[in-house]
Amino acid sequence: MTSTEHAPPTTSPAGNPIGFGRMLRKEDARFLRGQGHYLDDLVLPGMLHAAILRSPVAHARITSIDTTEAEAHPKVKAVITGATLESLNLAWMPTLSADVQAVLATDKVRFQGQEVAMVIAEDKYSARDALELIDVDYDVLPAVVDAHKALDPDAPVIRDDVEGRTDNHIFDWESGDAARTDEVFDKADVVVEQKMLYPRVHPAPMETCGSIASMDRVTGKLTVWSTTQAPHAHRTVYALVAGIPEHNIQIISPDIGGGFGNKVGIYPGYVLAVVGSIVTGKPVKWVEDRSENLMSTSFARDYHMHGGIAATRDGKILGLRVDVLADHGAFNGTAQPTKFPAGFFHIFTGSYDLEAAHCKVTGVYTNKAPGGVAYACSFRITEAVYLVERMVDVLADELGIDPAELRMKNLLRPEQFPYTSMTGWEYDSGDYPRALQLALEMAGYDELRREQREKRERGELMGIGVSFFTEGVGAGPRKHMDILGLGMADGCELRVHPTGKAQLRLSVQTQGQGHETTFAQIVSQELGLPPEDIDVIHGDTDNTPFGLGTYGSRSTPVSGAAAAVVAQRIRDKARVITAAALECSPDDLEWEQGRWFVKGDRTQGKTIQEVAMLSHGTLELPEGVEGHLDASVVYDPPNLTYPFGAYICVVDVDPGTGQVDVRRFVAVDDCGPRVNPMIVEGQVHGGLADGVGMALMQLIAFDEEGNCLGSSFMDYLLPTALECPKWETGETVTPSPHHPLGLKGIGESATVGSPAAVVNAVIDALEPFGVRHADMPLTPANVWMAMQGRPMRTDLAVR
Amino acid sequence: MQITITVNGAEVTRDVEPRLLLVHFIRDHLGLTGTHWGCDTSQCGTCVLWLDGQPVKSCTVLAAMADGHEVRTVEDLEVDGRLDPVQQGFMEEHGLQCGFCTPGMMMTTRWLLDHDPDPDEATIREAISGQLCRCTGYENIVRAVRWAAEHPAVDQPEQEVEA
Ligand code: FES
Ligand code: FES
Repeated sequence: MTSTEHAPPTTSPAGNPIGFGRMLRKEDARFLRGQGHYLDDLVLPGMLHAAILRSPVAHARITSIDTTEAEAHPKVKAVITGATLESLNLAWMPTLSADVQAVLATDKVRFQGQEVAMVIAEDKYSARDALELIDVDYDVLPAVVDAHKALDPDAPVIRDDVEGRTDNHIFDWESGDAARTDEVFDKADVVVEQKMLYPRVHPAPMETCGSIASMDRVTGKLTVWSTTQAPHAHRTVYALVAGIPEHNIQIISPDIGGGFGNKVGIYPGYVLAVVGSIVTGKPVKWVEDRSENLMSTSFARDYHMHGGIAATRDGKILGLRVDVLADHGAFNGTAQPTKFPAGFFHIFTGSYDLEAAHCKVTGVYTNKAPGGVAYACSFRITEAVYLVERMVDVLADELGIDPAELRMKNLLRPEQFPYTSMTGWEYDSGDYPRALQLALEMAGYDELRREQREKRERGELMGIGVSFFTEGVGAGPRKHMDILGLGMADGCELRVHPTGKAQLRLSVQTQGQGHETTFAQIVSQELGLPPEDIDVIHGDTDNTPFGLGTYGSRSTPVSGAAAAVVAQRIRDKARVITAAALECSPDDLEWEQGRWFVKGDRTQGKTIQEVAMLSHGTLELPEGVEGHLDASVVYDPPNLTYPFGAYICVVDVDPGTGQVDVRRFVAVDDCGPRVNPMIVEGQVHGGLADGVGMALMQLIAFDEEGNCLGSSFMDYLLPTALECPKWETGETVTPSPHHPLGLKGIGESATVGSPAAVVNAVIDALEPFGVRHADMPLTPANVWMAMQGRPMRTDLAVR
Repeated sequence: MQITITVNGAEVTRDVEPRLLLVHFIRDHLGLTGTHWGCDTSQCGTCVLWLDGQPVKSCTVLAAMADGHEVRTVEDLEVDGRLDPVQQGFMEEHGLQCGFCTPGMMMTTRWLLDHDPDPDEATIREAISGQLCRCTGYENIVRAVRWAAEHPAVDQPEQEVEA
């Protein structure tokens, strides 16, 4: 770790490292004792409970809603319908992609599970009982379920709420140079095409989404406790939607039981809890059940891709192109920077040195839940990496070249960094061949290939899959990236109290990533304070500075930089104060961990704790220096950071059943220096499990009528300890040149990089059957069908 | 209806609806919110607690069915300010991230180690396979269980050792 060179490693009185290093997590103390405070654990005096009635059908006109019986239920306090909201001008709310979404349906329902009415009752059982008493008449309409048919001229128009709309088209977007790419393809020895689907999946954190709203009728203050990864952005949206002055809104994000992007958006239930509290004058709690979570909150992916790759006969990749049909569901509710309707998908050239590339993405409405960017995807880099890594394998198959060798031949070389990609990304730093080489060594690649040859002779199906990914995380800069006009920069405040104990206030919000520990370590690294003396405060808009929140792996690259900069400001101030105390010039002082001392005389100096007391005391401070030891910063990242990695997956496939067993998984990640290697490794493990899950089992599919076929954990399968192998992790360290501590994000790397490795491994195992591609999830049935030469379409159950 | 359940060693008597789930009784009526709820179909295991010494999914048990029986929850793992080795193991090996699955995982683990003090990796994975974790990829949970298996001594309160 480059940044620790100036100081010898030391440990704190509590035995923690000063600065970077393995440190047990501060937040564990409460979680281990069952003393976390998750949303549903919170109880307010007089609190009422809300439940939401949802549409049983995917597309229908609502002809009538009768709530009389529900209202007569003795424990019911209020029933709210679209008509109630219309009268308050709250029936529709803005989405994070400048579309609108119905809070409660007024005219039509547009996906199964859409919100139709809300009941508020004294307890949660009664609220659910009363849902049964609401009578809704639906005039069922044909549903648009197949994204490929959404643009047919005779397709039903889903969004007829918008004046003059006559089709289901949302946007066309492209990147790269089409003409140049055509030229490259025309002259190439080899061109291979492959259609592939990255199916719809759901992040499914173990804690579902929920909210408690409390409107104080006297002060007009609205307090909302909510499962949100982005409390400040939510506050602004509530202000815009409900017209409540923003200074009268406090959003508190308590402990979050996993987010993965599911808790970025604002859901109708959140807004309804607010309305419920305004209507009843009481705090109102709404917590969705698992089916509601899977059917109505942000899904992810649903990218139908048609890729093409061009190369020379000896395996130099020349060009890449892709046409994407993006299924955005019934409302365009993707959470991504405004300028990028397809997120960061146009980073799809991945880790390779190409001559030309071009992508075109068409977004369409369908009768499915809205969302699109959720689930640890780094704004669709996961789709991009999957595309390029599958295409490289398809090319390897065509050329008869080993897929690891083909990658090694085409990876960007270290001397090419900073590298500007064909679609305009500026990769900050990387040493790709080193990471791939390490992964190959860890896996014992040559030995694995030997084993595979032997097994094939015996008719056994073993597959080895390689993927290499480049991530781009830490959005903004603010001038290029915003959500609903809010620039992606994050504030941070640090106060060092008189006795040298500190509080750090962050705009980002942990969902399990361990911010309370990592950010204390970042400040510790810069100030030399023991990490146990630094309290990290987050998730409360009244007590933290503004910022866009935690998603897209942006906490360490953005807020981690903010924490470093704010600590450096304190350090600089401490220098001036030390100089005043010692009656010398600041230039005469030198820093060592936690202390300024006079150059050449280590005995003359002040620790940061001593400076803290001096700064609050009576010492006469130099002209222009304020008392106290506080600082704040707004960090606007100059660029994304670009973590990368090389993954190798080994599978065995049962030739009789098509069952895939992931035997080994080697993951080499480079995210720059690691603040807390234990936490970083944990982030990687979780993402690898996601990759195995998506590749093999997770799927939100629909039938012809638009019924969601993944609406419970009986149907939406998540990996357990049995499907996951023992992860084998490795690292290389290439610091980011622009992050103050060289750090890059890590939260989503493994989710982005691993699905392709698993799929590549399974397809490799099926080579004896001549299988070149099959779509995720590679369930036993799907694998078996692929072996028969009839790969299935996985997103639809069509009779 | 009136039910009496021994929860973490103390008897509690309450009037409840016959349909009340044990998980809701524990969380909402007793305020023991360490036991979580995460699904509608008995798949996730965030609600695991002990009923008469056996781990059960408390979303699948009616409170009324626990009448006259003994329940133990995560809040009972720590004794006299000393963490159970299972708790210590989860901390040492980073077996938790968001912490939502953790109480259920720890209750299963405690039961496993009581019955098989030295389980191998396959046994551990099998034991927790009815429970989901979305954060850890399970590897560190396995390591946490092994840590607890290897450090049982921390668990022995001195009185017990003497007795
Ligand atoms: S709540 Fe999911 S198994 Fe009990
Ligand atoms: S630690 Fe988050 S679900 Fe297990």
